[in-house]
Amino acid sequence: MRIASILPILAALALGAIPGLAQDQIKVGEFASLSGGSASFGQSSHNGTALAIDEINTGGGVLGKKLDLVTEDDRSVAGEPATIARKLISQDNVIAVLGEVASSKSLEAAPICQENHIPMISPASTNAKVTQVGDYIFRVCFIDPFQGKVMAKFALSKGWQKIALLKDVKQDYSMGLAQAFQDGFTGAGGSIVKVQEYSTGDKDFRAQLTSIKASHPDAIFVPGYYGEVALIARQARQLGIKAPLLGGDGWVGESLLKVAGHALDGSFFSNHYSQDDPSPVIQNFVKTYQAKYGEKPDAMAALGYDSAKILADAIARAGTTDEPKLRDAIAATKDFKGVTGDITLDADRNATKAAVILTIANGGFQFVQRVAP
Amino acid sequence: MIEFLQQLINGLSLGAIYALIALGYTMVYGVLRFINFAHGDVFMIGAFAGLYLAPLIMKPFGGGPSWPGAFLVLLAAMAICAILGIVIEKLAYRPLRNRPRLTVLITAIGVSLFLENFGQYAFGVDPQSFPDLIGDHAIAIPASFGPLADLTIMVSQVLVFAVTLFLLIALRLIVTKTKLGTAMRALSVNPVATSLMGVNNDVVISFTFGLGSALAGAAGILISIQQPSIDPLMGLQPGIKAFVAAVLGGIGNIPGAALGGVLLGVIETLVVGYSDVLHIPSGYRDAVAFFLLILILLFRPAGLLGRVEREKV
Repeated sequence: MRIASILPILAALALGAIPGLAQDQIKVGEFASLSGGSASFGQSSHNGTALAIDEINTGGGVLGKKLDLVTEDDRSVAGEPATIARKLISQDNVIAVLGEVASSKSLEAAPICQENHIPMISPASTNAKVTQVGDYIFRVCFIDPFQGKVMAKFALSKGWQKIALLKDVKQDYSMGLAQAFQDGFTGAGGSIVKVQEYSTGDKDFRAQLTSIKASHPDAIFVPGYYGEVALIARQARQLGIKAPLLGGDGWVGESLLKVAGHALDGSFFSNHYSQDDPSPVIQNFVKTYQAKYGEKPDAMAALGYDSAKILADAIARAGTTDEPKLRDAIAATKDFKGVTGDITLDADRNATKAAVILTIANGGFQFVQRVAP
Repeated sequence: MIEFLQQLINGLSLGAIYALIALGYTMVYGVLRFINFAHGDVFMIGAFAGLYLAPLIMKPFGGGPSWPGAFLVLLAAMAICAILGIVIEKLAYRPLRNRPRLTVLITAIGVSLFLENFGQYAFGVDPQSFPDLIGDHAIAIPASFGPLADLTIMVSQVLVFAVTLFLLIALRLIVTKTKLGTAMRALSVNPVATSLMGVNNDVVISFTFGLGSALAGAAGILISIQQPSIDPLMGLQPGIKAFVAAVLGGIGNIPGAALGGVLLGVIETLVVGYSDVLHIPSGYRDAVAFFLLILILLFRPAGLLGRVEREKV
């Protein structure tokens, strides 16, 4: 019994050690910001991806072969992803590329993957342009406008009819979300009572907030990044605004709650996934991830995990690693049960799936509900 | 009406912040005829000095908010910034003192970039939360004031305003009443003559930089109490705004900087607050500020309170 359970491991070790037998492995490329400015995102997504590959291999691999993940660090430096994509494709002969979180990095590697007809799956680049590069480029996250629609739907379900917008004119992300929210909200009968703007790096929002206060909104939609949102929330409460704030995944950042204190209690934002989601798929994932890395997986880790799982699923369905067939199999992904939701890839190679709404209470994020597209 | 009053308070408070940073800018310019573009970044260093020193200094005061503790943090940050200012002057500007003014100006931009990138490396790029040193809260206005009781005025806003006013007076006294101040003014008129009269120019210039940087440090702490999110690039935008304020009031003129700052703050706030009425989207507030700068430079190049000086040929 004991020997029998050790044998496959020995066999696997022996196979891995002999280069001549390496074609029994399927090489998958990955590029991520493991160091530099966006390292926290990159490390999370890499951990998630690596965990998925491990699980697939322990489960016997795909098409009877193990997956071999070739990971390269782009050091959060512009220009690196293009070099890495070339290296992965021409030297390592990978059959597909996974990466990256930042849209700007994905946009650098995408044209090279497209040119070489190597499928690329981005875990978390939400900018609409990424998958427009070509028919070999996919993503497992939803795109920016979707979050705006989700929050509009959610606000209406809460019975809020009057919403004020406070958007960041320097961020395409913020303007896109605000536009999608406005379209969704007014289209369904709600009214936008005030539109105010700020710029990234601003610290004083009292003028905008005083003007918003006078319009007596039921809630304020602030689709910005956490740095500004925390100060906006503080100053809103100081000015006596009681309405909850609403936002998107840009809210998630380490300093958000430290700066905001209790000012964001009772506010809501949309995200890709929640580690508190009671669904068994998610709780299983949280448990294995925590056992391996000693911390709870964030949204980037969950998306990295799903990107690798979707690739493996497509290889199995294609029955080959032949690139055009693999591409078609990825494109045909339908209702894949990922940890970030049931993923279906649409005609534009973007994931359509439910978003998660979180609220802020007791100094942490809490799961509220899923909103289907 | 209440909304308008609240916007006025918002504007004055924002203006006081610009004024506080502009004071240091304008003082250095007044003496040395040199725009220290690194001023905003010294302001950032002041805030981070406060962030790292606050836990140590506040501990004997119980660790929580305390006015004497906050005062000590303020002094410590001012001291660190003063030393930094003197070192910057000695290393970067002094070797270039007899070179064309443009050389020093470009060096100042270099120092500014150095501090920003050093800050990103040393402190990290993510914003950090600044401790509440004074227990900031809204001042309760008695209900007997009727609708005025709805106005929000924060303790920190009053503090920034009061300190700006205090420093304005203190600076004026230093420059006009002390021996060192007299030397500063003399040096700004003719540095060769002052050195012939036995003034040690190096000491006076070091003092000017030290004082200007200490003011930036004070601003760093006070503003971080009011807006408790600090990052290595936080000096960039207020630095430029304070520069506009200083030019608006007449660069080199100390009361002018305060006036320019307050004016800029109020105008920006009203543009944002009444963007609907004015048909200017509130995102254009910076554009309005810089448009104002262009207008002033066109019609009153010396600024509101500045004297017109003829360049001698």
